[in-house]
Amino acid sequence: MFFTYLRRELAGRRRQTAIVAVGMALAIALVMIVNAVSGGVRDAQAAVLESVYGVGTDLTVSQAPTAPGEGEGPSGGVRFEFGQDDGATDDDGTTALSNSRLTAGPGSSTFDASTLDAVLEVDGVAAASATLSLTNVTFDGELPQRPTDQAAGDQAASGDAGAPAPGEGGAGGGFGGGNFDVTSVTVTGVDPAAEAIGPLSAVELADGRGLDSGDAGEYVVVLDAEYATTEGVAVGDAIELGGTEFEVVGTVTSTSADAATASNAYIPLDVAQALSGMDGQVSDISVQAASASDIPAVKADLEEALPDQTVSTQEDLAASVSGSLGSASSLISSLGLWLSIAVLAAAFLIAILFTIQGVTRRTREFGTLKAIGWSDRRIVGQVAGESLVQGLIGGAAGLALGFIGIAIINAISPSLATTSSPLAAGAEGAGGPGGFGGGGPFAAAQETTEVVLNAPVTLGVVALAVGLAVVGGLLAGAIGGWRASRLRPAEALRSVA
Amino acid sequence: MYTLENVTKTYRQKERTIHALKDVSLSIPTGQLVAIQGPTGGGKSTLLQMLGALDRPTSGRIALGEADLSGMPDTKLGRIRATEIGFVFQGFNLIPTLTAQENVETAIEPLGVAADERRRRATEALASVGLGDRAHHVPSELSGGQQQRVAIARALVKEPDVLLADEPTGNLDEQTRDEIMDLLEGLHRDRGLTLVIVTHDSAVARRAERRLHLTHGTVTERA
Ligand SMILES: Nc1ncnc2c1ncn2[C@@H]1O[C@H](COP(=O)(O)OP(=O)(O)O)[C@@H](O)[C@H]1O
Ligand SMILES: [Mg+2]
Repeated sequence: MFFTYLRRELAGRRRQTAIVAVGMALAIALVMIVNAVSGGVRDAQAAVLESVYGVGTDLTVSQAPTAPGEGEGPSGGVRFEFGQDDGATDDDGTTALSNSRLTAGPGSSTFDASTLDAVLEVDGVAAASATLSLTNVTFDGELPQRPTDQAAGDQAASGDAGAPAPGEGGAGGGFGGGNFDVTSVTVTGVDPAAEAIGPLSAVELADGRGLDSGDAGEYVVVLDAEYATTEGVAVGDAIELGGTEFEVVGTVTSTSADAATASNAYIPLDVAQALSGMDGQVSDISVQAASASDIPAVKADLEEALPDQTVSTQEDLAASVSGSLGSASSLISSLGLWLSIAVLAAAFLIAILFTIQGVTRRTREFGTLKAIGWSDRRIVGQVAGESLVQGLIGGAAGLALGFIGIAIINAISPSLATTSSPLAAGAEGAGGPGGFGGGGPFAAAQETTEVVLNAPVTLGVVALAVGLAVVGGLLAGAIGGWRASRLRPAEALRSVA
Repeated sequence: MYTLENVTKTYRQKERTIHALKDVSLSIPTGQLVAIQGPTGGGKSTLLQMLGALDRPTSGRIALGEADLSGMPDTKLGRIRATEIGFVFQGFNLIPTLTAQENVETAIEPLGVAADERRRRATEALASVGLGDRAHHVPSELSGGQQQRVAIARALVKEPDVLLADEPTGNLDEQTRDEIMDLLEGLHRDRGLTLVIVTHDSAVARRAERRLHLTHGTVTERA
């Protein structure tokens, strides 16, 4: 009888069933899509962080950069010095110039390498590895015969989050009839012996070999495969960094297919320090905790041991991932969350109101059933059963709709640009706005990575949809049932009016 | 069958107190066909609610056989309604989405009868009111007279001791009214059913063994 009555009611009152189910379906589909997309955004953030800091990295030690204009930070600007002999003056009066400098990377400050020893002494630290983040800026061009030294100086790197080429900024400009190119390449000095931790732990060898302990002090470089392709260099070729020739021994790609690796080039740490004139300096230490549950304690201990440095966990770092991935993340977590709560609340409200309205409309029906001996419990069960099934119909439709929505997102697979300030957590971009005489501003090196957004369908998403359908149905059923239980059996005798 | 002693029912509506039944005392023997007449608002439906264990009197005592209905909790009243009392209403009160057969089955649902037994008894009850061939029609596919027959089958299928009808012919034309009255009278005669019919219609009341008149909550016997 229960199921016969239930089936007859739902079939006989199709419009109400359809409205409630459609409301539930839309809400559940939206929740599913928001949930899946935010899962995808989280994955993308993790992929970006992984490429920058490496797989095993739980914590990162860095130093906040000094504010612009305050002190002589190494990230302040790139100064080229051209002597009388550096250029070859042509007959027509122009001077060809070329210079290549390796300096500290934008947005990062360096600190003493002995900090690594202090890190390793902290309880709960399983491994740690130091890196030095550098930028190689090459100036290449010709200038008319003029005083050049002050014109070329004092240029500041300008942070441009929209820089299209990953990790590489290049700009040309005219200068009083002159022609020049400025190219910058990100270079990371890594401990060649450290394999398990650091930026190179998140890469896959594409060609040649990686760095190993025998490379200390050697002028060898491992290139990002994408960068190597753009530059047209291969393993065995030589490239110039900081005015010195390096042998390309290998190329690497990111393990997460969607993101580029953290840097264009990786060289041994000691070589990096020597060429940039920063002996004994590092910009960043990747730390692996002995166990995931120790991370908060290790963070606290590190902060105590290193009062001058910033200690960040992966979660803290996720906040430093900016660009459209960052906006997507905040969009999903704020707008998406509130939108799905609002739509869900509306759907629940519709279900509840329709159930109450249904019970009111059926006052005489339920009164009659009570008059012929149906118990309150039996009637509450009937109303709750109807609402639950309505919710489940909506849930099934919502599940289908949600899957379709997620499939559409995955088919489009929007690509999000992400900018993170590598090896200097929390630092927003680098340098101040800069101009170069009358020439165009040039984009400073900053990690800009394209990440393809994937919305994964997890069992959790499905369980969430079904759970919401059940909760919505039961909620409406409970409220409707409560109303029905309060009806007096004497309502059966109410005149037909 | 019924014994009523000083039964009073008052309804409170905001500041107003309505005395729907005033000090009603009467008894109805088993197997009697009683008609209750009176003006609208006289208290007929209220009296039927008391007899039908749908509500308790404000004061006084009402007993169905040995059972004191005035002091019973709701669940026990529900039990009495399920087993001993059949109702027929002016508006038929069938469940619109259920077929005739299923409507009749709702009456034995609370008795915990097995499904096939329930089906058999419902089919039998429908046949006894002459609607064996309409079992699978929903109420909207039936005429008023047919719907009231289904309602009578629903009231009978539990084999009650008493059948209470509130204006059972109020929505029917004269010919159908007579058919329904023939049916009810037959049940009273053949099964010895106690039958209480509230009616405005003198033609209906004339067929009763006893006629009660209810005005302003007070009962008077009519010859
Ligand atoms: N639930 C109720 N609440 C308030 N007043 C009621 C209620 N039921 C009936 N009444 C009042 O009690 C009086 C008797 O009503 P009723 O028994 O329905 O009369 P009848 O059936 O003879 O027309 C009327 O004045 C009616 O308005
Ligand atoms: Mg009435």
